[in-house]
Amino acid sequence: MTNVLELRGITKRFPGVLANDHIDITLREGKILALLGENGAGKSTLMNILYGLYKPDEGKIIVRGQEVEIHGPNDAIARGIGMVHQHFMLVPVMTVTENVMLGVEPVKNGLFLDKAKVAARIREISDQYGLEVDPDAYIKDLPVGIQQRVEIIKVLYRSADILILDEPTAVLTPQEVEGLFKIIRSLIEKGKSIIFITHKLKEVLQIADDITVLRLGKVVGSISPQEATAEILASMMVGREVSLVVSKQPAKPAEPVLEVKDLYVRDERQNLTVNGISFDVRKGEVLGIAGVQGNGQTELVYALTGLLPLESGEIRLLGQPVRHTTPRNILERGVAHIPEDRQRHGLILSFPVHDNLVLCTYYKPPFARGITLQEKVIFENAEALVKQFDVRTPSIFVNAGGLSGGNQQKVIVAREFSRPIQLLIASQPTRGLDVGSIEYIHSQIIKKRDEGTGVLLVSSELDEILALSDRIAVMYKGHIMEIIEAGKANKEYIGLLMAGVHPQGTPQPVEGVIAEKVF
Amino acid sequence: MTEKDKPKSKTTEGIGGGSLREALRVPALAVLTGLLIGAIAIVVSGSNVFEAYYALFVGSFGDPVRFFNGFQQFFTTGETAGLLRAIYPFTESLVTATPYIFAGLSVALGFRCGLFNIGAEGQFFIGALASAFVGYSLTGLPAFIHLPLALLAGMAGGALWGTIPGYLKARFGAHEVVNTIMMNWIAFRLSDWLLNGPMKASGFRPVTPNIEHTAELPRFFPDPLRLNWGFILALAMAYVVYWFLFKTTLGFEIRSVGANPDAAKYAGMNIIRNFVMVMALAGALAGMAGASQVLGVDHWVGQGFSAGYGFDAIALALLGKSHPAGVVLAALLFGFLRSGATRMQSMAGVPIDIISIIQGLVIVFIAAPDIIRWLYRLKSVKVEETVLTRGWGR
Amino acid sequence: MTTAEMTINPARVRRARLAYGTVLIAVGLFIYLIFGLNTQPGLQTTFGINLAGAHAVPVPDLVVPAQGTVYLMAGIAVFFGAFQLARGIKSTGTLVGVIAATFVIAFLTWAAQGKSFNLTGMISSSLVRATPIALAALCGVISERSAVINIGIEGIMLLSAQTAVVTASLTDNLYVGLFAAILVGGLLAAFHAYLVIRFKVDQIVSGVAINIFGAGFTSFVGSRFLEKNTDLLNNSGVFPVISIPVLDRIPILGPMLFENNIVIYLMILLVVVLHITLFYTPWGLRTRAVGEHPKAADTLGVNVYLVRYVNVILGGMIAGLGGAYFTIGSVGRFDEIMTAGKGFIGLAAMIFGKWNPIGAFTSSLIFGFADSLQVKLQILRVPIPSEFLLMAPYIVTMIVLTGVVGRAAPPAADGQPYEK
Repeated sequence: MTNVLELRGITKRFPGVLANDHIDITLREGKILALLGENGAGKSTLMNILYGLYKPDEGKIIVRGQEVEIHGPNDAIARGIGMVHQHFMLVPVMTVTENVMLGVEPVKNGLFLDKAKVAARIREISDQYGLEVDPDAYIKDLPVGIQQRVEIIKVLYRSADILILDEPTAVLTPQEVEGLFKIIRSLIEKGKSIIFITHKLKEVLQIADDITVLRLGKVVGSISPQEATAEILASMMVGREVSLVVSKQPAKPAEPVLEVKDLYVRDERQNLTVNGISFDVRKGEVLGIAGVQGNGQTELVYALTGLLPLESGEIRLLGQPVRHTTPRNILERGVAHIPEDRQRHGLILSFPVHDNLVLCTYYKPPFARGITLQEKVIFENAEALVKQFDVRTPSIFVNAGGLSGGNQQKVIVAREFSRPIQLLIASQPTRGLDVGSIEYIHSQIIKKRDEGTGVLLVSSELDEILALSDRIAVMYKGHIMEIIEAGKANKEYIGLLMAGVHPQGTPQPVEGVIAEKVF
Repeated sequence: MTEKDKPKSKTTEGIGGGSLREALRVPALAVLTGLLIGAIAIVVSGSNVFEAYYALFVGSFGDPVRFFNGFQQFFTTGETAGLLRAIYPFTESLVTATPYIFAGLSVALGFRCGLFNIGAEGQFFIGALASAFVGYSLTGLPAFIHLPLALLAGMAGGALWGTIPGYLKARFGAHEVVNTIMMNWIAFRLSDWLLNGPMKASGFRPVTPNIEHTAELPRFFPDPLRLNWGFILALAMAYVVYWFLFKTTLGFEIRSVGANPDAAKYAGMNIIRNFVMVMALAGALAGMAGASQVLGVDHWVGQGFSAGYGFDAIALALLGKSHPAGVVLAALLFGFLRSGATRMQSMAGVPIDIISIIQGLVIVFIAAPDIIRWLYRLKSVKVEETVLTRGWGR
Repeated sequence: MTTAEMTINPARVRRARLAYGTVLIAVGLFIYLIFGLNTQPGLQTTFGINLAGAHAVPVPDLVVPAQGTVYLMAGIAVFFGAFQLARGIKSTGTLVGVIAATFVIAFLTWAAQGKSFNLTGMISSSLVRATPIALAALCGVISERSAVINIGIEGIMLLSAQTAVVTASLTDNLYVGLFAAILVGGLLAAFHAYLVIRFKVDQIVSGVAINIFGAGFTSFVGSRFLEKNTDLLNNSGVFPVISIPVLDRIPILGPMLFENNIVIYLMILLVVVLHITLFYTPWGLRTRAVGEHPKAADTLGVNVYLVRYVNVILGGMIAGLGGAYFTIGSVGRFDEIMTAGKGFIGLAAMIFGKWNPIGAFTSSLIFGFADSLQVKLQILRVPIPSEFLLMAPYIVTMIVLTGVVGRAAPPAADGQPYEK
């Protein structure tokens, strides 16, 4: 058996960070190498080096026994390396054909795009690998699962035989993941070799031939799936024993804080993305909203927090109706919001930490008297919160943009939790964070629940939903498929709901607590 | 690395604190480079650089010999005429700087809210016309009523001219850069009509009548020295803008909206209200520039009254990093340059437009500090760059 | 798309229907009350079709009874308004078209009652006046399709206008002047591209710097050199009108399209070429991809920076051609700030034209129409001060930017620097 790809001693430094530290990995021909590591372990940096998007500071790349230099995507493509990026690299307003042909456009009459030729080739590839897709469809109209197929077709169209799949399951339902694995196996049968990047342990155990684990930019070790267990992989990834469950007491739900009835919401492009949903959140419970991203969760949260207007329907906060109201009014009624995109909505990166900590309360006593800001009070508030919520920052005068992702999120949590709140809306609260921060934020959410706050948790990480929720609502195409008691839920059942399928019969109760925690 | 070598703490950003030198270095070098390239243009156009720049210096600060003589005369005879003549160029520079301070503050305020006000020129003109109208049409009022009224009229005129594009931006997302330019052209056409019709003084020239004495901003020295209370008012306004931006909740909102409108909306701030308010205030500041020029210096308005002030104001705001203190410094610099350039034109025959070229270059260098760092081999400092503008107003 | 996503909020539709219907009826009443009642009965309005000196086959002029026509227009507007209120018309374009057409026709008939108004002259001067606006808009389209905003078009046009007249005067050759203008346009755009791509300067700031520099430099050169040596430096003559045989004999269209000078022909050619390039060639595909999602293009080996440089520079050359129009294409001499905001109006035309070459061209025609209307009305001695008529193009621009009339999204990455 030959090695199609070897990386030897790859090192990459960014200002202040050693992203890759002498990394060695080996990909065998016709095999699947899983590259496992938590967020920030250096997986993506390594793959961007392999694909020519970054230049390594040290180390060499050996393709089929030959040392090569890769200066850009074109070099990588020429060596038969193709990459399916975590965030799809597709132009939404163009067709499948146009996206596939971009960069290697065949022409007719020496000048004009030959789309027919490309479309024919796409159909061929579709048939060969079972990747069904309409070449004339616009990307923006396709669901994420199909978009991923287009990404794979793009790579195959360029005749790649080494495929890098960067976190390919992050946006898929469990059933779509199965479909993807089928495609991966058929690719292997046709002689392709694959690097599979992920932070999900079970997937690795399910599909990999070899496993290499990265931590803090270094290779921790390589292991075969036969020797590995979830516990071993978890401790390799994190570097210490990890408790795989969130410890929590059973919920003691009381009266509802939030009641939603027949809610319809349009997104900014005027598409109806929330299609008549009803639910309530009670004091002292966590209602988890599961679902593949882009099924209306974002718009639901925006509508609840006043960032998008309601098309129709009713929202009641503590029994009072919410309609035609401003975000400020909602905040003042005791709603805390941990936004999905913390850098877009949650923080002003060019403002110092102390200002970010009063972003929602700056206009009220004690932070303001009349229209004048009380700087001294603002500073004291910041010092106290930074200490209380363990925000690692050189000082409160540092700009929020200078903090790590985990500490930025802690600033948001500190700010939102420092107000008197009745309802917490947490949207993707741990996306892209390291394990330590995830554990901390999970424990804070549960603590708020136990204090009697109602929590609405929106997450596309099914494991996070299962670990924290007391009840789970599954959203699909703007509808709620079903609301289930957490004790009765299991992954397969929810997965089917996430794909829009109502399973026959009642779900099987799960044995024991959900085994896996999110990383 | 020993304990001593380690950086003690992160210095605070911007103006003030230990990084003051750092904050001033690039602007200073940008101006210097602009002047050097301007020198090349002067040579190419066939004039003597040293003569030209000496004239620029004398025109902006005054003739050292005259200073000396003036002082001597004052201390020996108590006669002030010579001294006044000696400080004349210096006071003229301050007079020139006065509208620059207002107009620069106008653009800087817009920048802080993420708005690019290219319309200071039109707002300036409308403000000047409005205050001139109040200045000449109302008669028989005491100064303590007439003067504030005329100033207010100028502010209101400018505010109106700024509010329209501000509202269009807030309500429809129409880009303020194009709209403020359009408002400029409309202001010019409107003023053509006003100065040839309703507001025309008797006589042939398309100018307004002179304002009443009760509407004039008092001057500090006897004629021909024109330095007046407008300059003090401008400095006071700079402090007010500073206080407003950095010490009040309204300023906090404005800066939040400018730095990250999405986060501002999330935090419950009203973006639309801020856009309209800032454009109104920016217009009012530019209107005050016009009013101060009419009420303090010219006492009447003619065609092309505001020419160039809008673009100069942009340069000032950029040069001053949108900070009121920076704007005042930049405005003083421009005041000296412009005032001296008049002298340069008459003495060395270098057209006054050379200053516009220098200003264009200064803006480029300020906006692309990497060019300056590369030219002077400065160490690259990682500064948090603030986003000034974003696309077509989404 | 699911059916649910396609459903439209009935309340919103109703509101829009009522609004348009009411506006239409209001326009009809306005036409009746202001134009109709102020038209003397029995007077006729003559719309001239034949242009003096043109090669077109002569045809009879269009003579209409003034008051009758105005009333007809009022009637049409009210009819459409009533129909709209009762049933609703899908296309907003039609509604806006009816509003504009009835109003303009009624206005012209009223203004020219008892007189003669040359329609063909009006239309062909619209095209002529649209030329610099269209060229500015095309410059905007090609730059912004690759996600670089060029707000310095005004300054580029000023500088190339001056360059054109000076080189043409010195060499006594208009084509050298044209070439020099295009070259200067390209160089300035290259400078802009270098600043915003290499140094990531804020695109609007860089554009404004070019505008300031352009205004300052041209005034400097103008007062320093051109004033004293007008004959030598600022007197180039203009491109001759080239008539295209046979085609120039078509009434109306002949004088409009086929009796023009080279700059106008080049503009029309550019509209077609750019449209084909943008939508049917590999370069166009890459340009659009870079404008929408530069990272996607980059990962497929498309050189994002190269695409942007080339597009911005080509755009600058087009703007240079637009600058040449002002001097050697129309008056033969340079005046200070002679572009008078046309570069910015071009940007509005680009937005209104939804970042498409053909759309940009058609919306430029609207601005050209507003501009030439203003001139014609002054000749007709309409009782409105000329200064107010001169505001028309600027006001139209502001209305267009509010997006009341059709709205499209700019390229997704427009204005953002690309970092690898």
